[in-house]
Amino acid sequence: MSMGLGDSVWLALALIIPAVTLLAILLLGRRPNLREAATLSGAILLFITVAQLLVDVLAGARPELHLASVAPGLTLALRIDPLGMLFGVVAATLWVANSVYSIGYMRGNDEPRQTMFYACFAIAIFSTMGLAFAGNLFTLFVFYEILSLSTYPLVTHKQNPAAMKAGRVYLITLIGASMILLLPAIIWTGLVAGTLDFKAGGILDGKLGPVALSILLAMFVFGAAKAAVMPLHRWLPAAMVAPTPVSALLHAVAVVKAGVFTILKVVVSIFGIETLSKTGSADWLVYVAGFTIIAASVVALRADDLKRRLAYSTIGQLSYIVMAAALVSPLAVLGAALHIAAHAISKITLFFAAGSIYTAEHVTKVSQMNGIGRRMPWTMAAFAIGALSMIGLPPTAGFLGKWFMLGAASSAANWFAVGVIVVSTVLNAAYFLPILTAAYLKPANGPVKEAPLAMVVALSATALGTVMLFFFPEVPFRLASAILGG
Amino acid sequence: MIAVHGPVLVVILPLFGALVAALVRRPLLAWAVSLIAAIGSFVVAVALLVQVRAEGVVSYRIGGWAPEIGIEYRVDAVNGLILVLVTAIAVLTLVYARRSVLSEIIPERIAWFYAMLMLCLTGLLGMAVTGDAFNVFVFLEISSLSTYVLIALGRDRRALVAAYQYLIVGTIGATFYVIGVGLLYLATGTLNLGLIVERLPEIASPRALIAAEAFIVVGIALKLALFPLHAWLPNAYAYAPSSATVFLASTATKVAVYLLARYIFGVFGVHLGIGSVAIASVLIVLSLAAMFIASAAAVFQNDIKRLLAFSSVAQVGYITLGLALANQSGITGAFLHIVNHALMKGAAFMAVGAIIYRSGTCKLDELSGIGRTMPVTAAALTIAGLGLIGVPGTSGFISKYYLVLGAFEAGFWWVALLIVASSVIAVLYVGRMMEVIWFREPNQRCRGLGEAPAEMLAPMVVLAGMTIWFGLDAELPASLAGAAAHVLLGARP
Repeated sequence: MSMGLGDSVWLALALIIPAVTLLAILLLGRRPNLREAATLSGAILLFITVAQLLVDVLAGARPELHLASVAPGLTLALRIDPLGMLFGVVAATLWVANSVYSIGYMRGNDEPRQTMFYACFAIAIFSTMGLAFAGNLFTLFVFYEILSLSTYPLVTHKQNPAAMKAGRVYLITLIGASMILLLPAIIWTGLVAGTLDFKAGGILDGKLGPVALSILLAMFVFGAAKAAVMPLHRWLPAAMVAPTPVSALLHAVAVVKAGVFTILKVVVSIFGIETLSKTGSADWLVYVAGFTIIAASVVALRADDLKRRLAYSTIGQLSYIVMAAALVSPLAVLGAALHIAAHAISKITLFFAAGSIYTAEHVTKVSQMNGIGRRMPWTMAAFAIGALSMIGLPPTAGFLGKWFMLGAASSAANWFAVGVIVVSTVLNAAYFLPILTAAYLKPANGPVKEAPLAMVVALSATALGTVMLFFFPEVPFRLASAILGG
Repeated sequence: MIAVHGPVLVVILPLFGALVAALVRRPLLAWAVSLIAAIGSFVVAVALLVQVRAEGVVSYRIGGWAPEIGIEYRVDAVNGLILVLVTAIAVLTLVYARRSVLSEIIPERIAWFYAMLMLCLTGLLGMAVTGDAFNVFVFLEISSLSTYVLIALGRDRRALVAAYQYLIVGTIGATFYVIGVGLLYLATGTLNLGLIVERLPEIASPRALIAAEAFIVVGIALKLALFPLHAWLPNAYAYAPSSATVFLASTATKVAVYLLARYIFGVFGVHLGIGSVAIASVLIVLSLAAMFIASAAAVFQNDIKRLLAFSSVAQVGYITLGLALANQSGITGAFLHIVNHALMKGAAFMAVGAIIYRSGTCKLDELSGIGRTMPVTAAALTIAGLGLIGVPGTSGFISKYYLVLGAFEAGFWWVALLIVASSVIAVLYVGRMMEVIWFREPNQRCRGLGEAPAEMLAPMVVLAGMTIWFGLDAELPASLAGAAAHVLLGARP
């Protein structure tokens, strides 16, 4: 299936389809049914396009596309490598589910300003595709910033003072960190390495001393504040005021994954794991990420608001990926990449379930969830699967990534990392299992009442996907194994 | 004719435009005359830039007199770029101005407005094109005097105070400048900038030169609103008629920056200074102060025009910072930002003018949700705002990229960090505007408004579009700015 020209066309389509979807949404703003049809068909067409690209990439192709020469040294160019492909597939697949779910949620809750909502979603997926398939740091940065800007109106969707305040925290943290740290890091890299292109094995070998490498890595890690490594994590719980499909997009598909993807990509294709393990410049990051994992889990344990608990769970799970990247071994990179996919599908299931509970019952607190398992059987079954996956129990997707990360930590004899993974697994169980026991074992106080069909379909599909990924992990596994080859 | 007389034509056309506009007295006719003159001047400026790109330097002797006696007009890659920028903005401003002026200025004074606008254009172009230090002073006064009138034509009575304030400051600035030129003349015996440079090595004592530098730099700094000499600017921009603000914000400070660059690189050299303090160090400190303090002041403004005016002071700080870095990337960044900032601030002030045209106010708290009723105008303001922040994909990013590159190359990594850190303050003041215009329900005043008329939208969309275009394809502006930087760096051995 691999054809020189064909690849580039498919790659271009991955950006064109969301752009056309955006136009269609804006033009059809006054006719909701057609507008939603545009969202859905855009999602499906994008999925087909990305699937086509996936087939080619698995066959060994590396599609490339030159978009524009902006200025000397700055080019907008796309190139798909296995890591980007993995992120792209995850995002495009979950966008289909998220679109179905959004339609159910927005209609079920009679939300205002739906055209702006769907339009911003289309821009967000456009920038996620560009970010996943970026061929160099500049391109990645451009799409990273578009993603921040396009999700700001989604966070502030409710337009009440709380939402506006959260939006400010969100925008200032993400844009501020990316401008103050990420941009100088990119320019510094360009000056030192003479190029911004991603390359397997990195471009910085022998160009900087160990201390300078550590500083540069820190600028990338904290500059990509979307990864929510402490202390730059506050935006994430703040953004919980948004409608639930937005939370799902932010915490599972686009925003946070863009952060950890950036860090993983930079570790693999800018620094190179050889360079980092030789110099030990990433060792400090294991401790920072490990601290974030434990601290976030402890906060989640005490949170009564369901979405807040999920948000802190996300902060912890993201830092698994960052910690694995900091272990700089092939096994750790494999685990990190698998966890990007596994966390995405599990966490979107959990948020879908939370939104479903809110839509049907207007319940937002853990303490109000007694007996809800019997009243919303589909929703809570999906929630249970997502929760097990977050704990890392088989047969769910979450087991895979954790297994390899644990293997990487113990084979590196990094007992701190091993300890963090073990302790945090216990903590994850401690904050998810009480929800399940309350939902299923406490008595119900009302009849069966599920959320709108579109929502139930979407969350059942992602829950099924969470289990399927455990039994059929071939595609992400092959992509993740090929990452270091570029 | 353009090939031979281009350098003088570019100034004469708007001068005659001003004269005719003042004589015809009929608003529409005065507007048409001004527009034609501005277009003519723009065509000549483009032709000049093309010629300069091919030949290097175009020199023109007024009346055929040799430089020692007569005045030389001299166009190179540096001022060629400025001429094109200023005339292009003039054309777009005039297209925009007709409707805006009709609603803001009483009919009997409209012809005067156009006459003054063309006179101001004449002065600015003259400052840019001439190679004679005293001739610069003449044109400086022409542009300043006409600017006082333009500001005073504002619909608010406070415009008179603003004009008076600028009159005092501008006169002091011009006086300082002319004192400096006098000192240079005493030391070298010539007013031609090229000859002054040739004779500088013969000066026995550098003290006269240092004094001249101090007077000239302070004089120009007043005109370009270099922090802390910027106090006149916010009021002037806020109370001038909208079209005048568009024109002044995009051109006046830019030409003054050009002059500053010409003097510090072409005449004095960046290392000249008082004692061990070089002019470059002073400029870096003042530029950084402007970037932070003026940006912070912008955050607290309620009047959008004042907000954008403080932002202008801050953005001029980026330009002077780039000059002070005194390397290829830094100066390229400065000249890119001269162009890019002119485009985005032009678009922003045009959008504000359109909002005033429809709603009658530019107070932020009265403009809730205006994005719903004037989407194109609000979108142009948004794009300009993103450019001010320096979001990638807009031209503002490209100029900041070059500035950061220049700071790294100069070894000032802390300056690089301060450049990007100050951009975050721009997120605050742009974000405030965006929150009000897009994310609030339209209030009583904004609910029934329509979009601005097409002839106001068109130039606004052109400028906003160029902000995006130069953000995605900066080869042309980067090569022009790079050529200007190259000339300036090579100007003095």
